[in-house]
Parts: sequence; structure tokens; C-alpha cells
Amino acid sequence: MSEVLVLVDHVDGEIKKNTYEMLTAARRLGEPSAVVVGTPGTATKLAEGLAAHGAEKVYVAESDDAVNYLSTPQVDVLAALVERVSPPAVLIPAGADGREVAGRLAVRTNSGWLNDLVDIDGDRNGQHSIFGGAFTVQSHATTDTAIVSWRSGSIEVEEAAGAGTQETVEVPAIDAARSAKVSNRAPIVGGDRPELTEATVVVSGGRGVGSAENFEVVEKLADSLHAAVGASRAAVDSGYYPNQFQVGQTGKTVSPQLYLALGISGAIQHRAGMQTSKTIVAVNKDPEAPIFEIADFGIVGDLFSVAPQLTEEVGKRSS
Amino acid sequence: MNIVVLIKQVPDTWSERTLSDGDKTLDRASSDAVLDEINERAVEEALKIKEAGDAEVTILTAGPDRATDAVRKALSMGADKAVHVNDDAIHGSDAVATAKVLAKAIGTVGDVDLVIAGNEATDGRSGAMAGMVGEVLGWPSLTHANELSVADGSATVKRETDEGTCDVTASLPAVVSVAEKINEPRYPSFKGIMAAKKKPVSTLGISDLGLDASEVGLAGSLVQVDSFAPRPPKSGGQKVEDEGDGGQKIAEFLVGQKLI
Ligand SMILES: Cc1cc2nc3c(=O)[nH]c(=O)nc-3n(C[C@H](O)[C@H](O)[C@H](O)COP(=O)(O)OP(=O)(O)OC[C@H]3O[C@@H](n4cnc5c(N)ncnc54)[C@H](O)[C@@H]3O)c2cc1C
Ligand SMILES: Nc1ncnc2c1ncn2[C@@H]1O[C@H](COP(=O)(O)O)[C@@H](O)[C@H]1O
Repeated sequence: MSEVLVLVDHVDGEIKKNTYEMLTAARRLGEPSAVVVGTPGTATKLAEGLAAHGAEKVYVAESDDAVNYLSTPQVDVLAALVERVSPPAVLIPAGADGREVAGRLAVRTNSGWLNDLVDIDGDRNGQHSIFGGAFTVQSHATTDTAIVSWRSGSIEVEEAAGAGTQETVEVPAIDAARSAKVSNRAPIVGGDRPELTEATVVVSGGRGVGSAENFEVVEKLADSLHAAVGASRAAVDSGYYPNQFQVGQTGKTVSPQLYLALGISGAIQHRAGMQTSKTIVAVNKDPEAPIFEIADFGIVGDLFSVAPQLTEEVGKRSS
Repeated sequence: MNIVVLIKQVPDTWSERTLSDGDKTLDRASSDAVLDEINERAVEEALKIKEAGDAEVTILTAGPDRATDAVRKALSMGADKAVHVNDDAIHGSDAVATAKVLAKAIGTVGDVDLVIAGNEATDGRSGAMAGMVGEVLGWPSLTHANELSVADGSATVKRETDEGTCDVTASLPAVVSVAEKINEPRYPSFKGIMAAKKKPVSTLGISDLGLDASEVGLAGSLVQVDSFAPRPPKSGGQKVEDEGDGGQKIAEFLVGQKLI
């Protein structure tokens, strides 16, 4: 069976869930080989998790360069492996870093790039969800290798035992003149809340929240529901909440079981990032707010009285 | 400094966006088209460099006739000249083919020091063109910049993504992509709009770039779109006025949906 390469998404010695989704999807296409690009000692920490999710092989590409240069080490390692094993597909996380790796790898290996897939079948037909979920699109690569960017949270993770046989591969020497050097790397620390794109419940606040301090109302409700906190662009632009939590066209795309929108009007660009949520609940003072057009349940009212009351109700039910 | 800014005309996110039934490409005719907001920020950043020192700013786009409007807007903000790659053969190009076209077109501008792009377009959202163009040219790419400084033959950016922040440095020539928070783009002044009408725009076809029709467009693309379907529209559900029990009402609804 052919080897399918999966670029492992990891941070601080831990595997991100997206990796397990990709290993699950890769098994439809062949035998998954996980590719770890990281600083020396990284693969040891990840080995167990990868084998438990079906990795037959683990290519270990370790070097300090892995974190000292932007995307080049990953592209170089994957390009060498593509050349060597001619995989039907290379699966790469669809985050900002991953898409850069994928796009460059597609250029380097002259392969078709299926960007931001939410599904793929055994014949390499991919499915995308575009324009904020307004359309689904089916496409395939016409080249021997398909470069796939995988949107996290798209499929259920299935465990499967794999041999997890490790093999060391080289991180090719970096050509400094052609590479971007990285310093002061600081991973975004999500805190105790679930990650926005992976959360089952998301509670978001908009301009209606009014200030950074007031976002506490949103956070308290989120914590009662074990939810992630999101924000509209207006809330981010006004400095109420950090950039990384923006939901929408130019922010994150989320598709949780439950999305609660507080003080968000529901502009088309916000909807583009959340309208595929299973259930949508909105609280807004304005009965004409467009968010109500897509809300399964809406309360016309002041978020500062509705949200704390809901927090209390949820608390009562979970204790 | 010779700066090229990559701009893209996209369907206005405020309008209904769709795909064409025939070749399953973006239906550009059915929606309003605008200069993508992120590209206004890319132009702004180039103009800031120009104003701080000495630079010539060339706008580059690959797009149909209509993209002229986007080019004029960028020129009216203050860019010096433009290259518009416009050829029917390019229609339907995938990201790899687009990167090849843009890289060749950058080559027509002369000794370019810096290319500035948006980090992600609102239509395709591939979010990788800067890296891909850099890959074709063999230049470093500094992406998702929230701050850019150029000095002594190198570029430095503060990069911010969902994954984290870092500083990135590379020597010129290089490709930079800007993120949403980098600046607030200026509005074109009346004088700028008038001046833009006289600024040079060279229109190039793929043969001018030394490319063959088989390398670009639907023919040259390595990805084929097989089908598409609109998602069934979502309709609103219940909407109730808060009478002091709004929070309880939501809780009851969530219990009914087995969500809590
Ligand atoms: C290219 C482009 C990309 C964009 N990308 C994004 C994106 O990624 N994400 C995004 O969110 N937006 C995006 N936008 C912006 C978008 O158009 C809207 O401006 C934005 O979503 C508005 O945010 P908001 O709903 O919080 O603010 P507003 O539209 O100002 O709405 C605030 C709402 O709060 C309600 N309210 C006020 N006080 C209270 C209260 N006490 N209780 C209850 N309700 C209250 C008001 O009735 C109002 O409906 C983008 C725009 C463009 C052009
Ligand atoms: N056809 C094009 N012409 C010029 N620039 C483009 C084109 N396509 C993409 N770009 C540039 O690449 C950026 C990112 O686009 P994308 O990778 O499509 O999300 C855009 O903001 C533009 O700066």
C-alpha cells in the first residue's frame, strides 16, 4: 500500500488534535506516515500518540533550524520525502503556517493543492466548504501527489494501532539568503479554555459588549458552558478582545454544536465564520439585527441581564 | 527601492457570492467587485515606505478587464504605476498557476527589492500566495506581518497568526504579506483620483510573460473542480422579547436541545 504523508501539528511536545484527524483521513488513502519536523527530542514525546492513531512510520526530522526559519524546513523535509516515496497525498494542517507550507510544497513539487479540505474519500476526491459555508465544492488533484490542507474539526478521530516505526531523516541545510529567520517565537497560549476551532460550544461577544472589562460577562458564560470565547471584528478593532479570537470572514471559521452570539449584529462577514454551527443562539437589543435571521433561538434584550442569568441557570443545572 | 504590490479584485463580501455553473469558477459577473480590503493595507504599507524614503511603487494584478477598477483605486491611493496581466487563458488558474504568472510578471518590473501582498484574499482564502510567489522566485517570504520595517538590505516583520507571534527577518529581495492589523489604509483624495487617470498601466498577456497557454488557466491547473452545491439556506427559529427571564428561556431551549 502506498505511504500517505501527514505533517504532524505539535506544540510544546504535544500533538494537536488535527493531526489525529489527518491520520484518520490518511488511512482511507493508504498507510499513514507521520512526519515530525521539530527541535531535537520532539519525536520521542509524540511517538506514542502517533502510533495509537495509525502511523505505520514516523519520519523524524529534528534540528534547531526547524524553529529558527519560517516554513522552509517543513517544505524541504516534505519535498524530499515526496520525491522519495511518491505519496498519493500529503496532509498538512490548514492553519496559517500549514497553508504556507502546503502552498510552497505544491509549487516546489508541481502538485495540485487541495486547500482547506473538510473531507476526502479513498479516491482522493476532496470536499471544501467555501464562502463561509455557503457552498460545498468537490475537487481533485490531477497530479500523482495531492497536497492537502486539512481544516481542523472536520472529521471524527478514530484510533487505530500503527507500528510507529521511527526513521531519522535529514533537515536539509538552510540557504540563509533565501529563507526567513525567526526569533522571539511565542506560541499563543490559549489559557484554560478550549481552542476556538475545536470547541463544542463557542460564546462570542460583539461591539454590544461595550468594553474590554465587560467581556467578563462573555467569559463567565463561556466558562459555565466549558466553551471557547470568540469576538466580532468590531469587538477586536475596539480593543475589547485579542485578535486571535476573531470569528468571521477574516478571522476563524468555527462550526461548533452551539454558538452563542452576544451583542453581535450578524454582518455577512461575521456569519461567514460561524453560520455552519449546528445551533445558534443570539442575544441582541435590536429586534431587526440580521443575526436573528440565522439564529435557532433569539432573545431580544440586553445582554448584560440575559447573559448573567443564563450563566446562573447553567450553573444550577450542572451542579 | 523598487516595490511591487500584489492586488486582487474580489467579489464584495457584502454581496451574494456564487460560482458559475459552466466551468465552476468564481462567478465574477454576478457580484460587485472591489479591491480586497487587505490589499488596500498592502498598498498603504508600500506608500509608507515611499514616503519615509525613496521608493517606486508598482501595482500588479492578474485579473479580467474589470480589475482595472481595482488597479485605479490603488493608483489613486498614491502608487506610481501598474502592471495588469489580463489574458483569457489565465481564467480558472489554480494557486500554483497564479503564483507562476505573478512571479513572471514581477520579473517584468525590473530589479524588484520588495513584493508586498495581502496575507489572505477574502474569496479564495488560500492564504499562501506570498509564500508561493517567493517559492517560484527563490526569495524568502515574511508572512502575516503586523509591522514591517525595511533597512540595510533586509526586511523585518512582526508576524502574528493564530499559532503565535514572532519576529521574522530576511534579506532583500523578499516577499512580505500583510495582516489585517498592520495599518489603516488611506482614502484616495480627489487629487489622487485625478492623478491616477494619467498614471501608466501596462497590460500584459501571457505571451509577454513567456508563458504558454497550457501552463495556466483551467488547462494548466493541477486541481480540477468537479462539482459544487449551495448549502441549504438556514432560516431563523424562535425570537422572543426578554421579559426579565431571557436567560432562563435560553436555558430551557438548550435543555430541550440536549445541549446542557
Ligand atoms: C473585508 C471585511 C472583512 C470582515 N471580516 C470580519 C470578520 O472576520 N469578523 C467579523 O465579525 N466582522 C468582519 N467584518 C466586519 C463586519 O462587516 C461588521 O462590521 C462586524 O461584524 C460588526 O461587529 P458587531 O456585530 O460586533 O458590531 P455591530 O454591527 O456594531 O453590532 C453590535 C450589536 O450589538 C447590539 N447591542 C448593543 N448593545 C447591546 C446590549 N447591551 N445588549 C444586547 N445587544 C446589544 C446592537 O444592537 C448591534 O446589533 C469584515 C468586514 C469587511 C469589509
Ligand atoms: N490574481 C492575483 N493578482 C495579484 N495578486 C494576487 C492574485 N491572487 C492573489 N494575490 C495576492 O495574494 C494575496 C493572498 O491571496 P490568496 O493566497 O489567494 O489568499 C492577495 O491579497 C494578493 O496580494
